[in-house]
Amino acid sequence: MQSVENLVTQIQGLSSSASDISVLHNLLKAADDSLRSESARLLPLLDQLEPSKHSLGYLYFLEPCTYGSITKERASTLVPTIARFITSCVAEQIHLAPEKFITVCKRFKEQVMLLEAPIRGVGPMLTAIHKIQASTEHLTALHPEFLQLCLLAKCYKTGLSVLEDDIYEVNQPRDFFLYCYYGGMIFIGQKRFQKALELLHNVVTAPMSTINAIACEAYKKYILVSLIHHGQFSTNLPKYTSSAAQRNLKNFCQPYIELANSYNTGKVTELETYVQTNREKFESDNNLGLVKQVISSMYKRNIQRLTQTYLTLSLQDIANTVQLNSSKEAEMHVLQMIQDGEIYATINQKDGMVRFLEDPEQYKTCEMIEHIDSSIQRIMALSKKLTTMDELLSCDPLYLAKAGRERQRFDFDDFDPVPQKFNI
Amino acid sequence: MEAEDEQSNAMMEKKMEAEDEQSNAMMEEIYSNGGEESVRSRPIISGEQLDIEAYASLYQGRTKITRLLFIADHCDNVSMRLEALRMAYDEIKKGENTQLFREVVQKIDGRLGPNYAMDVAWCDSVDRRAEQRKEKLENELNAYRTNLIKESIRMGYNDFGDFYYSHGALGDAFKSYVRTRDYCTTSKHIIHMCMSAILVSIEMGQFTHVTSYVSKAEQTPEALEPVTVAKLRCAAGLAHLEAKKYKLAARKFLEVGPDLGNSYNEVIAPQDVATYGGLCALASFDRAELKACTYSIFCLYNCSKVIDNVTFRNFLELVPEVRELINDFYSSHYASCLDYLGNLKANLLLDIHLHDHVETLYDQIRNKALIQYTHPFVSVDLNMMANAFKTTVAGLEKELEALITDNQIQARIDSHNKILYARHADQRNATFQRVLQTGNEFDQDVRAMLLRANLLKHDYTLRNSRKL
Repeated sequence: MQSVENLVTQIQGLSSSASDISVLHNLLKAADDSLRSESARLLPLLDQLEPSKHSLGYLYFLEPCTYGSITKERASTLVPTIARFITSCVAEQIHLAPEKFITVCKRFKEQVMLLEAPIRGVGPMLTAIHKIQASTEHLTALHPEFLQLCLLAKCYKTGLSVLEDDIYEVNQPRDFFLYCYYGGMIFIGQKRFQKALELLHNVVTAPMSTINAIACEAYKKYILVSLIHHGQFSTNLPKYTSSAAQRNLKNFCQPYIELANSYNTGKVTELETYVQTNREKFESDNNLGLVKQVISSMYKRNIQRLTQTYLTLSLQDIANTVQLNSSKEAEMHVLQMIQDGEIYATINQKDGMVRFLEDPEQYKTCEMIEHIDSSIQRIMALSKKLTTMDELLSCDPLYLAKAGRERQRFDFDDFDPVPQKFNI
Repeated sequence: MEAEDEQSNAMMEKKMEAEDEQSNAMMEEIYSNGGEESVRSRPIISGEQLDIEAYASLYQGRTKITRLLFIADHCDNVSMRLEALRMAYDEIKKGENTQLFREVVQKIDGRLGPNYAMDVAWCDSVDRRAEQRKEKLENELNAYRTNLIKESIRMGYNDFGDFYYSHGALGDAFKSYVRTRDYCTTSKHIIHMCMSAILVSIEMGQFTHVTSYVSKAEQTPEALEPVTVAKLRCAAGLAHLEAKKYKLAARKFLEVGPDLGNSYNEVIAPQDVATYGGLCALASFDRAELKACTYSIFCLYNCSKVIDNVTFRNFLELVPEVRELINDFYSSHYASCLDYLGNLKANLLLDIHLHDHVETLYDQIRNKALIQYTHPFVSVDLNMMANAFKTTVAGLEKELEALITDNQIQARIDSHNKILYARHADQRNATFQRVLQTGNEFDQDVRAMLLRANLLKHDYTLRNSRKL
């Protein structure tokens, strides 16, 4: 049993080469319990260590400090220390004790929240993710924490940098659910509904043995975003959805399903009265903002439908068919939609006519060709990935064991030596 | 071909219109596209009241009564109602259906004087006779059954069927007829059984039975008589009509040969075949098919003309209307076609089989007319079109909007200048759009799938490690 001071000198001595570090790692593992018991003394000693050089030792010393209930004062001293450590630590050393690093980061997030300054955690957390991640395809336990901080700090753009990477490797389903849910919310905040839908869809259709609250909330948002983005919603889940989700989701999200039904009637007034009567429900789910967006999207949807049938239409007529109060209001809507590139039209203010045009995209520009080319490249890479995955899976002993077992039983039934009718 | 030329001429004229100022005369002609009946001086038989007597005399048996009662239930005109009830009363008196008799008397409710009141004596005597007859039939049948003579048993059941049918117990009648099936020895017997079953099923409104027995009858090995074939076609057509499969119904009705004549008037009159077939064809056929069908309708018209009887003549005028309206539709005289339809409507609504389908068929015919009208043009003046369809521009716009939204007309409306422009889909752009979209979908699907696979794999390993 070594004293803590002794350990500090050990760390200082054994932090240079890789072999030294593995020796140190064993020493530290052995000392873990004693470190925990002396957690009160550790914080001052940290000053003797250099986070950029003695990352592993620093981590072992830091972790016990974060245990127990933490007051605001203590948090305000700890937060800068941890932030400094995260920014300057060495990734290789951290990888030796990933669990410890993740606990430290989670504690860090809690303290930042305690200080009510989530924005202070965003930067270090992003660095932490990059350091702990084996590759950009891996989902870490820190992803959802980071996204939550981004949401709370309203730093959506920073959150996007993580969401842009495609995730394939997942260790904890819970992390995955939260990652997709928070990610979806960030995309909603950025009005990138297509991506938001994709993430929320992942949550809803993910394999699960029992229904969970994250999936429920995700489904609610999925319904709303789907209405905003596509203007329609079908309650049929794809058939690969887990049976737990298929059975239960609808019951938990009844008000939202009815909202979708009322949307499908295409009558704005009906939708508005429905929202008014169920206002509290949406408010308690914190979805009222999205619901309001659903209503305004209905106007857009109806105007868009007009572009399919009309070449020219007066603003008054638009206001009448879309159930807006005045032609002025209709003009604002049309103008907004032209600005957002949702319709192609020109307004003639002299006689109050709107002229709808065809999509001017001719698919002839260099940019378009490049865009198409990049799409092709992306899909080729993806299908290559699919093949590798397939090969990997078909060599997976676990999979083969399971598949083989089923096959065997099947064969046995198939070649039953005694015909059924002789059994009687 | 002539009609097609006419239409393409019209199209040419429209195109020339802009360049050619002196085509005023032609303009007249185009405008009159709708109101041409004055020029052709073809009198349209106004929606004059149905002559119930003439109508009823087309039918016989139970259908005559049910049709009369149907009219009595659905007509707004009180005198017509009473007339229908009076005839139904007389007709029932000839038969033995006391149940129906009581109903009708209740409906008449003494409004037709003492001659048409409840006749208790008649009812009792009929019922008594029915009791006796039933007993006698039962005894006979039992005797046949103990002797095991197939033919006699068949006859016995058949008699039972007839007996139940005439007394209005349709369900029992159907059962008895079907029971003869086990004792049928020749195809003729089978066909007889099928025809009886079909008749009863139609009366009961069980059109699924109708279809199955029609196919059963058609499967008999021996060649069927032309009359039987025609009857089977009629029955099949009715079944399809009832199932709202108008195209199939039209086909069946058109296949009905002229041999039918009046032989099936316990179910349907040849005029009905023409009317049903014509309307269904209009609602569901394209131009080429329609052209073929006008000929068949014409044949039917001729065959019904065979029964050249003074009392029928008024009623027969109904059928040429159908022929006329198909011709008008085909030669694009939509206004007169729609006029004919409008005139026919009141009477068609009183038809027992067509009643439920008149609205749908009319809507479909009108939509088809609209589509067909716009089809050859690059641009159409809505004022002219509204004129041709006898409607307002605003109303027309609404109708067109619905059709465009439904993707039945590829066009867009210039609401400012009131012109409809045909829209030609840009194949190239559409393809690009679709390709990119498909790519995106594939991308998304595959990624989601890989993720799910990984989650499953994880779940599996987790469970395994827990087991260990």
